[in-house]
Amino acid sequence: MEYKLPFKEYNKALRRNKLMGLKCNKCGAVTCPPMMVCNECSGTDLDIVQLTGNGKIVTFTTTNVAPEGRQNEVPYTIVLVELNEGPWIMGNLVDMDPTTVTMDVIGKEVKLGNRVFPGDKYSGSAARPAFSFDS
Amino acid sequence: MRRVAVVGIGHTKFCFNSPLTSVEMLSEAAMDAINESNIAPKDIQAAFIGNVLGDFSEGQGMVQSYFINDIGCDQIPASRFEGACASGTMAIRDAYMWVASGYYDIVIAGGTERATAMGTSLATRTFAMFGDSRWEFPSGFTFPAAFALLAHLYSDRYGIPMKKLKEQMAAVSVQSHQYGMKNPNAQFHEEITIDDVLKSFMVTTPLQLHDCCPFSDGAAAVVLASEEVAKKLIDKPIYIKGIGQASSPQLAGQRKFLPRLRARELASQQAYSMAGVRPEDIDICELHDCFSIASLIAAESLGFFEFGKAGEAWEKGETKIGGKIPINISGGLKSKGHPIGATGASQVYEVTRQLRGQMVDQGRQVEGAKLGLVDTLGGDGVIVNLILSAN
Repeated sequence: MEYKLPFKEYNKALRRNKLMGLKCNKCGAVTCPPMMVCNECSGTDLDIVQLTGNGKIVTFTTTNVAPEGRQNEVPYTIVLVELNEGPWIMGNLVDMDPTTVTMDVIGKEVKLGNRVFPGDKYSGSAARPAFSFDS
Repeated sequence: MRRVAVVGIGHTKFCFNSPLTSVEMLSEAAMDAINESNIAPKDIQAAFIGNVLGDFSEGQGMVQSYFINDIGCDQIPASRFEGACASGTMAIRDAYMWVASGYYDIVIAGGTERATAMGTSLATRTFAMFGDSRWEFPSGFTFPAAFALLAHLYSDRYGIPMKKLKEQMAAVSVQSHQYGMKNPNAQFHEEITIDDVLKSFMVTTPLQLHDCCPFSDGAAAVVLASEEVAKKLIDKPIYIKGIGQASSPQLAGQRKFLPRLRARELASQQAYSMAGVRPEDIDICELHDCFSIASLIAAESLGFFEFGKAGEAWEKGETKIGGKIPINISGGLKSKGHPIGATGASQVYEVTRQLRGQMVDQGRQVEGAKLGLVDTLGGDGVIVNLILSAN
């Protein structure tokens, strides 16, 4: 069975600030990031759809200890965002000083942009969602 | 399926900068387990070994093959298990199945890791390989970050102010160090206070250094045998009565179920159901406290406390010897150490000694313990649970 929305295609779109997902024709749920099957019902009748990229922060952390090769990025804030279409995705919060981020950001509405991780000797280059407040 | 027993156990000291290789550490633990079992290496029919990062820490893959050769087992089948921090428990679960099925009578299982040779930044990078390389690592994902995300979510979900939750989390680390003081195999023999935890370096908000387990070197091993063989070998076999294992997707893919880890609830239910017991029947538990918050999440999902209430339990001492459910009387990953491939085997070692009544000398025996639970988590959410019984 062909992979409907591979990482490469999803990531190419994300680099243009387009968040792509899969809408299930069986249960109606949206899966993002993409999988082989619907994340809700395991259905395989899926259509590629563009998501709004809007959602709200459900949790966060500001990290001071980075993996090898990424020490120059600290401190940085990782967030989990619940998208308006339902799925949760991981990204960074980028328009706030990471050292000042507190529990107050939980529930705040955000919109999607992207930043590119250039890759290291183990993993290839990949864009990730970079969120800013939707005001 | 046949009943399967733990007949011998072995455990190196957990430490920084072991002078021994992964294979040498495992061989030491294994020979202790073999000698306790009153067998010779040639009696072992197969090996099941957890090792996660030998490739990176020593440039050494396939430790299982070199290990069985090192201890004089004659070219027996040896398999390596990789389930991040749950690798050792995965190996023991599979070893159990091969004996329970009747295919083998005597096997060895365990794990080994030499993580400290990597140093903090390479170790942080390689541990992050047990998150999703497409959906998590690009955002700067690390393991402390994963549990830090869960800590803030836990505070929000259960309405526990962060300041209060931080104190509860600190109580977990303080208890672990109290018992680690009494464990000769522990990496740290150092009492810490709530204040020490709250003043330690901020790794990733809200987790500070003393909310986090260390990088560690060490090995542990167990010999398993069928009930019939076990009774001929030793006086007091400890039986594996229940097993469970389940898997999760990357963190965000688990959505609204978080901060609970559904894999743990599935795996522990499998183990409870197979053993025919309930959480309130368990006398001692070794659970996966890679981070202080992880202990609260685990103790709730295993059925010991209501959701959002485990922190209070630690503060009240309900998780100490004499409390409702003694948890991590070994010092846990936090104080005993966490050589990831070996951790599950170390937990089985600890529970086995408790069920044998062999912890009196160390001043940390749970009196009359008959039933013990092992809980190990790997990566974003591979969970393995084992239930051990004195009869």
